[in-house]
Amino acid sequence: MKKTGKTFIIKDDVIIRDTYTIVGNKEGQGPLKNKFDMVIDDDLWGEDSWEKCELKMQRTAVENLKNKNNLINDNIDLLISGDLLNQITSSSFAARDLELPYIGVYGACSTMTLTMGLGAMLIDGGFAENIICVTSSHFCSAERQYRLPLEMGGQRHMSAQWTVTGSAAIWLSNSGKGPKIKHVTFGKIVDLGVKDANNMGAAMAPAAYDSLNQHLQDTGVDYDLIVTGDLGTIGKGIVNKMFNEENKSIESKYDDCGTIIFDIEKQDVHAGGSGCGCSAAVFGSFLYKKLLNNEIKKLLFTSTGALHSPTANLQGESIPGIAHCLGIEV
Amino acid sequence: MNYVMSFLVGGLICLVGQIIIDTFKKNNAYLLVMMVVTGCILGFFGLYDKLVEIGHSGATVPLLGFGNSLAKGAMEEAANKGFMGALSGGVIRTAPGVAAALIFGYIVAVIFNPHGDK
Amino acid sequence: MKYNKDNYKKVVDEFTPKNKMLKNCIMAFIFGGVICLIGEIINDSFVAWLGISDDEASPMTSVILVGISALLTGLGWYDKLGKIGGAGTVVPITGFANSVVSPALEFKREGFILGTAANIFKLAGPVLLFGYFSSFIAGLLSMVFK
Repeated sequence: MKKTGKTFIIKDDVIIRDTYTIVGNKEGQGPLKNKFDMVIDDDLWGEDSWEKCELKMQRTAVENLKNKNNLINDNIDLLISGDLLNQITSSSFAARDLELPYIGVYGACSTMTLTMGLGAMLIDGGFAENIICVTSSHFCSAERQYRLPLEMGGQRHMSAQWTVTGSAAIWLSNSGKGPKIKHVTFGKIVDLGVKDANNMGAAMAPAAYDSLNQHLQDTGVDYDLIVTGDLGTIGKGIVNKMFNEENKSIESKYDDCGTIIFDIEKQDVHAGGSGCGCSAAVFGSFLYKKLLNNEIKKLLFTSTGALHSPTANLQGESIPGIAHCLGIEV
Repeated sequence: MNYVMSFLVGGLICLVGQIIIDTFKKNNAYLLVMMVVTGCILGFFGLYDKLVEIGHSGATVPLLGFGNSLAKGAMEEAANKGFMGALSGGVIRTAPGVAAALIFGYIVAVIFNPHGDK
Repeated sequence: MKYNKDNYKKVVDEFTPKNKMLKNCIMAFIFGGVICLIGEIINDSFVAWLGISDDEASPMTSVILVGISALLTGLGWYDKLGKIGGAGTVVPITGFANSVVSPALEFKREGFILGTAANIFKLAGPVLLFGYFSSFIAGLLSMVFK
């Protein structure tokens, strides 16, 4: 079995060949502004609703990734995608236009590593040669589905996070050059009873700790950089605390995409970024370029998801967290 | 003087609302419901009218005043028409504000488009 | 992991930043006060210039404030005020109007019947239900304890 503990070992080459990122206006003004492939100027991008804008981002990310690398549909075996909206609307509707064999997955904000992990295993298993993984989120469409209408006056709590408007498409292949996915750990759901929908970081942190701990224990790899998806300042602090208490501190090499993508003070995002697009956009631009430039050689990339359901929440349920880890090495 | 009192009383009521929001971290809808019901109770015991005398618009503009109008409308009509009055009095008294919100809301929805990024 | 549902709460509280209550309260006081002050000015204008009685001027003031709030919501300004003013913009009747207009506007793209019209009471419905219900109780009680 290609497995150690709970972690799958990717024995053959699974190469992250290229990425394409599209982000919204606010993200485009953040600290990573020069790293993205495309920045859109408004929240509609010529479409007549935010949901349509989100699916256009996803579709364009894939199309531009294909064009950039002269890929044609015949060479692509599979499209794996997911997003935050009900019925994973953006993904399915983008896939309708892309005319590729399609697997839609839902992992809330953990979707990026979930799709990449699945893709890596399918390629390693010999079922596919080229797979495109894509995910997206949009501040407005997510906010109206999960919280309140945007025109409603009122204050966001200090623990709230800002859903990233963005999409990233990743090309995985069994040939060529680039960073390789070596290990995949799919996390289990951990729920320590956080019910506050305005504090997703705290809801996801235990799951992130659990998956990271599992992955580090299973593989024993000494990573240069460990990155989680969208824990924000609160979740990041809690993860650090949990590792410190076990005397396995990762503080010096640990960061979180939610705190990388925005300038937390200046951009008024409270606890940081969140959403599928958060870890996707940061990985597709900033982290991937670092890997290409050999600035980091071993990256542990973990997207974290809060499997929050407004309906279940109103019925008194808490918010289950999940995190999937990818061990990526140059 | 009325202006000063309106400002002070209205401000104080909103300050109480802010403390409730920040303490319980609930959706604003909870606060609005609480305000209206509290206004109704205060109106029933005739306490709110005393506040209106002091604070004028400072007491009538906040939702507590809406609750007070509801209670007063229902009580006055109940005195005249009995059960049916209790049923309709509050609704009639507050109907202009509610209808205005509905109709203006619809007009606004027709004219404007929702704004996204804040 | 040594944490469970009971002891994790403490950790969450330790890391969760508190809302800036003092600043929020001051802003709520100012914004709420100003909105009520505007109400008083409108009210006075009705009485002084149009010779309307005090009793009739009050609902008319509400209607005007609701209209202003609806317009500001449509322009996308009310939420910006709300961000600063907090409860100061929620508690006055303008906040109620905002809670009616904002879903009406937002669900426009799902059509005017099942979008706007069906969702217009999404937030205000509870307010009206509990308001009407308690006024009914108040009416009944007033009959009993006449």
